[in-house]
Amino acid sequence: MIFESTDTYISTDELSMAVDAAVKLERPLLIKGEPGTGKTLLAEEVANTLGLELIQWHIKSQTKALQGLYEYDAVSRLRDSQLGDERVADIRNYIKRGKLWDAFDAEERVVLLIDEIDKADIEFPNDLLQELDRMEFFVYELNQTVVAKQRPIVIITSNNEKELPDAFLRRCFFHYINFPDRETMQQIVEVHFPEIKQDLVREAMEIFFDVRKVPGLKKKPSTSELIDWLKLLMADDIPDEILTNRDPSKAIPPLYGALVKNEQDVHLLERLAFMNRRDSRG
Amino acid sequence: MLINFFLTLRKYKVPVTIRELLDLIDAMRHRVVYSSIDDFYLLSRTCMCKDEKHYDKFDRAFGAYFKGLEDLHGLLESLIPDEWLRREFERALTPEELEKIESLGGLEKLIEAFQKAREEEEQRAREGEEGEEGEEGDGDRPGQRGPGGPGRGKKKKARKVWDQRQYKNLDDSVELGTRNIKMALRRLRKFARTGREEELDLDNTIRSTAHNGGMLDIRMRPERKNTVKVLLFLDIGGSMDAHVKVCEELFSATRTEFKHMESFYFHNFIYESVWKDNRRRMNERLPTWGILNKYARDYKCVFVGDATMAPYEITHSGGSVEHWNEEPGATWMERFTEAYDKMVWINPTPQETWEYSTSVGMTQELVDGRMFPLTIRGLEEGMNYLSK
Repeated sequence: MIFESTDTYISTDELSMAVDAAVKLERPLLIKGEPGTGKTLLAEEVANTLGLELIQWHIKSQTKALQGLYEYDAVSRLRDSQLGDERVADIRNYIKRGKLWDAFDAEERVVLLIDEIDKADIEFPNDLLQELDRMEFFVYELNQTVVAKQRPIVIITSNNEKELPDAFLRRCFFHYINFPDRETMQQIVEVHFPEIKQDLVREAMEIFFDVRKVPGLKKKPSTSELIDWLKLLMADDIPDEILTNRDPSKAIPPLYGALVKNEQDVHLLERLAFMNRRDSRG
Repeated sequence: MLINFFLTLRKYKVPVTIRELLDLIDAMRHRVVYSSIDDFYLLSRTCMCKDEKHYDKFDRAFGAYFKGLEDLHGLLESLIPDEWLRREFERALTPEELEKIESLGGLEKLIEAFQKAREEEEQRAREGEEGEEGEEGDGDRPGQRGPGGPGRGKKKKARKVWDQRQYKNLDDSVELGTRNIKMALRRLRKFARTGREEELDLDNTIRSTAHNGGMLDIRMRPERKNTVKVLLFLDIGGSMDAHVKVCEELFSATRTEFKHMESFYFHNFIYESVWKDNRRRMNERLPTWGILNKYARDYKCVFVGDATMAPYEITHSGGSVEHWNEEPGATWMERFTEAYDKMVWINPTPQETWEYSTSVGMTQELVDGRMFPLTIRGLEEGMNYLSK
């Protein structure tokens, strides 16, 4: 596999396979999935992993396919001619390159992200069929054909707001990013905020026992508040059997190892548990 | 961390994504909240709910999740091995007390005795609840000061914010009423306004250019074009009338937003004719073929009806309760699905009851499962589908 999970992105095997296929066969890869499943991020990560430049084209509701190729700024030219600007003689001065042109013209292979293609008009994907298929287009104003020097890796994302035309879909590889399961989600959180839980648990206890002062904290939380807070932080570590049986004595092996890192933390947790016991027994 | 919480929210159909979970964790990392569940409630709602209509679902999910957590009394203790606690316990005692413990047979024995006493006490309390008369028979009484302490219960807490459910009416899965009809209108308008573009505003350009002393100044304006065309078919007569009225009002209130909107009436199911004016339904009928031929494919069809009837009204010739129909209703419905790209059926009866009615199931099948309840979410989903 040329693309696998990195330390900032969790990829599944299916996704890696899809990227692999799209890169090797030089076909656009259409990525769908629920919002927040990392569709847009994928292009960045692929570019990073392969060490390629990333060109991003974010689609809006008024984006036209032609804007991705080039735009002819006739208004500027008219204005310049009124002002007698010398640039007016050369039409090249008024052709603005689009993202696709940039991608085709790059010396090295690039990753081209067409983000949220479903935002645009229904005709938008159809207008890009030839360009993406043959990786070339014709500029009428210059009477010139732009051909891709290297076929870019094209990654297209869609939020499924509109259905895409069949002709377009035929030309793409397709992958649907499933909503991640528990395990993957844990990995994702871990990748973004390593050790956040341990830090929060330890800090909560330190503040409680006055080891650390937090400015702005109005009052020290009560033991029961703190216990509730710790439960919140640690809830995911409670095995399902306990949640269903409601018998915490079965939490074996004890989970403290997963939560606290050094002896000092252990000590604090000990004291807290002790106080809790004492409180609840009056 | 918080993954179970996140999954609970999703189970309660609060539309949350990973990004929002990461936002919440990030906020906790920045210590926006600290050691307070009430604050956490506010923070998590800010992070996870992006529409007031989800507040109620959020409250319910939050309540359910924390109910489960609160019930776990011994969680913290279970995390810590016993000997540690014992060490801490011993540290809290004076040497004299320690000696005393020793003389009573050591800590082990003492704890055992404690536990026994506690069990006995609980036993007595239980018996008391069962109503046996006797001097210790009152279950509610705080009881003797045993090692279990009085009641061992939680502190009484004020009624929780999330238990109040003050956002109930904004939930989009309740049926439409006067209160939330405004929201429904908003959804419909959104539907009607897709695909707007900019066009040249010629008058303004000329004025502006002249004002500039001849320097060209292009002015654009949003194109006034409503592209959506709708055919509305309403089931009328009988129990449906109230619902149909709501729907009719809803659509006619947004009428100006559509390029075309035509509404027709039918009774129970669609057959070879419909009518436009309910007062003259018997003499001014329009042939359904005429409609199929007149309005092009790009019209969106919306049927409103409870689809509750005898199955033969759909499947059989002559099944109609009002007249003799040459062809079964199912055939007519199939003609509609063939003639139009997009079609939905809006059903005002509660979605939970659909599965108990054969005819609803059959209608569902005929419209490819595009049946939506008459709730804000139902309408939104339906309109989403239509505008795709």
